[in-house]
Amino acid sequence: MHDVAKHDDSKGQYFWVWGALLLLTGVEVWLGYRQVFEPVRMLEVLLVLSVIKSALIIGYFMHLKFEKAVMRWLLVISVTACFVIMYFFFFPDADRILKLGVK
Amino acid sequence: MADATLQHPAAGHGTAGEYEAPLFGAYSKKVGMWLFLASDSLTFGALLFAFSYNRIYTAWPTPFGKDSIINATVMTACLLSSSLTMVLGVFAAQRGDRAWTRNWLLATIAFGTAFIVLHGMEWTKLIHEGLSLPGFPKPAGQEDGEFAKISTGVPQFAATFFGLTAMHMLHVTIGVIYLGVVALRKWFLPILGVIWLAAYFLIPSDNVFHYGVHALLIGLIVASVIVFLKPKDYDAHDVEVAGLYWHFVDLVWMFIFPLVYLMSTKV
Repeated sequence: MHDVAKHDDSKGQYFWVWGALLLLTGVEVWLGYRQVFEPVRMLEVLLVLSVIKSALIIGYFMHLKFEKAVMRWLLVISVTACFVIMYFFFFPDADRILKLGVK
Repeated sequence: MADATLQHPAAGHGTAGEYEAPLFGAYSKKVGMWLFLASDSLTFGALLFAFSYNRIYTAWPTPFGKDSIINATVMTACLLSSSLTMVLGVFAAQRGDRAWTRNWLLATIAFGTAFIVLHGMEWTKLIHEGLSLPGFPKPAGQEDGEFAKISTGVPQFAATFFGLTAMHMLHVTIGVIYLGVVALRKWFLPILGVIWLAAYFLIPSDNVFHYGVHALLIGLIVASVIVFLKPKDYDAHDVEVAGLYWHFVDLVWMFIFPLVYLMSTKV
């Protein structure tokens, strides 16, 4: 029987992560409400902030940071690769349709 | 029995009776949950990609005012806080503190329920203001304002909004039922039944949740089958695996909130 994943027992770091996530949410709301950037740039900025938040959730709350390296990398690389493939399927084709003038 | 153990193909790697160490160094339930979450992330990924494409290439309306943004921000805070209480629940389970495991899980359920209720109120408000999909019941006194024009002029807006948020709300609901069963086992089932019946009779029939609440009945049936076919005391592993699912629900919202709400904020 294998033990539950062992990790740093200090609970303080989870409160810090929670605080950081709330802070980043506040930044997102400020950026969104102030419309600081034009839509495409705003989408990019918000996505970057979301990726940072998701990394904190996956790494700390889901404890992936404390798992074996083989599990960590296999999961991250496989899911990321799927998203990259999805990106190359979706956007260039959608862009091509627009440039062809198809309504 | 001892011979049978020695002849097991996996037993030749170490001491008799030992199984081969798993590749990921984790128990199978956890690896299974991670694989499910990886596949589920692709479902949400496809929906979010479709949304992003529409958002960029369509004359997208920006109708969400201050009230909607504040409501969605509070919902986000509820989910983030629920993740913290879930982590504390996992810690309590690992040190064998059953009372505090249950308490933290109930706190997580409370935050999750608050999220669902706030989201339901937001949906009801938007539908009343005219944002709707074909097939939704038309509430009495539905307004014919900005949202009604959006529903007919840019149907992708209502389709992506309701599609993405309904999918996420369903995941949160499943998560609340999952945690309820882990925290209270069979004692959670009558509570769920009462909530389903109360919601069905209290929500007016022209509200979409009058029908949507039947998701709780499906959850009740599935949970009953699981609890009665395999009754058990849920241990620290079960709590940790349930926590993985719950954090994933939180994680997905971290993308839906900025993309769906903040990218459609009224200037």
